[in-house]
Amino acid sequence: MTSDGPPPRTAEMEPDELLEPDTATSSSPPAGRLAAASPDADSAAGAETRDVDATPGLSVKLDQLRAFYGEAEAVKGVDLEFRANEVTAIIGPSGCGKSTLVRCINRMHEEIPGAHAEGSVLLDDLNVYAGSVDVVAVRRAIGMVFQKPNPFPTMSIFDNVASGLRLSSRRRGERSKAAMGAKVESALRGAGLWEEVSERLTEAGAGLSGGQQQRLCIARSLAVDPEVILMDEPCSALDPIATLKIEELIAELKRRVTIVIVTHNMQQAARVADRTAFMLDGRLVEVGPTQDIFTKPSDARTEEYVTGKFG
Amino acid sequence: MSVPGAPSPQLARFAVSPARRRRDRIARGAILTATVVALVPLVLIVYYLLRKGLGSWSGSFFTTNPTGNTFFKSASIGGIKSAILGTVEIVALASAISIPVGIGVAVWLVEYGRDSRLASTVRFFVDVLTGVPSIVFGLFIYIVLIVGTGSTYAGYKGALALSLLMLPVVIRSAEVILLLIPAALRESALALGAPRWRVIFSIVLPTALPGMLTGVLLAIARAAGETAPLLFTAGATLKTNFNLGQFTNSLPVQIYSDVTSPTTAVVNRAWGAALTLVAMILLLNLIARLVSRRSRLA
Repeated sequence: MTSDGPPPRTAEMEPDELLEPDTATSSSPPAGRLAAASPDADSAAGAETRDVDATPGLSVKLDQLRAFYGEAEAVKGVDLEFRANEVTAIIGPSGCGKSTLVRCINRMHEEIPGAHAEGSVLLDDLNVYAGSVDVVAVRRAIGMVFQKPNPFPTMSIFDNVASGLRLSSRRRGERSKAAMGAKVESALRGAGLWEEVSERLTEAGAGLSGGQQQRLCIARSLAVDPEVILMDEPCSALDPIATLKIEELIAELKRRVTIVIVTHNMQQAARVADRTAFMLDGRLVEVGPTQDIFTKPSDARTEEYVTGKFG
Repeated sequence: MSVPGAPSPQLARFAVSPARRRRDRIARGAILTATVVALVPLVLIVYYLLRKGLGSWSGSFFTTNPTGNTFFKSASIGGIKSAILGTVEIVALASAISIPVGIGVAVWLVEYGRDSRLASTVRFFVDVLTGVPSIVFGLFIYIVLIVGTGSTYAGYKGALALSLLMLPVVIRSAEVILLLIPAALRESALALGAPRWRVIFSIVLPTALPGMLTGVLLAIARAAGETAPLLFTAGATLKTNFNLGQFTNSLPVQIYSDVTSPTTAVVNRAWGAALTLVAMILLLNLIARLVSRRSRLA
């Protein structure tokens, strides 16, 4: 396992190799997307034949973000930028507001009764908290993977992945069966799950192992083509092997999306993140390149935390 | 580990003391007694229903209407066809009203009302409604739709009275099941960019369906066996009637009027009708269970 991300690879990937699996089924225009993919191909260490759907991710900027549960303030004015097509890890002790913070980004925070957020979250240039913004559209652009794998229990593997497309009314009825099948396959490939489940797409999603379920959830959020994916401790319920698979997946996914990952596991942050943010008591203490945060943090509290003195 | 029966000195402290063994026996005995006491009347009811009811069952029992004859031994008293069909019609209409409305209320309480003042008020009234004696629902419909409009009994009025009776049972049972659906499930669907109404229809309700079925069946079973709300709303009649705008017979009302008859054959018909009612509810239960099992993914 490398400590600071996979080593850069100079060799560019063969277009044919990348496109072969679904030239017959995919409806995406290959050439343009591939061109966008090539500069980022360095992170695709060990990529086999996978669908490259490299629509670039969008940056997310938090501006004086504050989040409340009733009267209690959980996030106390945070300015933070998540750069496009990078992985940013948020670390910090339990209860420091990191989960709340990411839930503000796709406006899931407000689903909790009595909770609300102030300040702004800029997706590229758009303030997702602006009055005219449709919260449903925000969540379609900003996917989310939760701590516990939660495939829909009444649905098969296929339907789980297709659910995002079916549930979003915008695309309802627009998709033919074949197009849906292609979309599901490409999402499952994107989540590195296709090889394992292609023979049993009609089986219940809940019948998969924990790690597979979590990748199924990732596939489910990929299927709606989000620009950003938020991961709230995606590996905390998984064993080390499944965790490793998810981490490899994250390294690959950043070619097509911007990733924000909340983690309790500092080694994980070190392994997957380009940049790391350290939070304490609802405030951002420090953010910077992952290596700097772990080797030469500028704040004493960060140093104490990453060296295990508290938390 | 040593052999059980002859504990070594160190293991003696793990042995169950005689006092605790005795208390355990007493407690188990008490629970078993309670179970038996509860089972005795249940078994007796089924036994008497079968013994007394089966005798009056015959082909014509189900296919002929009651004749109204209770005096002349030579003439036939008829069967319970109109009562069976009347009950099916009235309960079907009552279910068609109360199940969608009840589940709608439950969805609103859980997904939208939550802990708001209005939701608490609704919950309070639903609880009050649960405790209202069934005859009061009949009385209410009687006063509003019969006295109030100066009209007479009709099947649909009985169905309305029954739907009022079913409503709180459906709401409460559906609400309990909906509350059991993990919040994570709703969140993950919302996070996919699904509008709330689609989350409810595509994720929450299908997941809750098998559980809600139990409450719905309970409500149907309760409504099907009610006499009081029907007595002065649907009336009683001999003939089979597919028009719920008219007097409509029903099993409970048939049983009620038969059981007070001085003629043995008519009283026996009441037993036969009671057994029929129990059998119908059992059948409904079985069908619903089969359907819900098939609808779930293995």
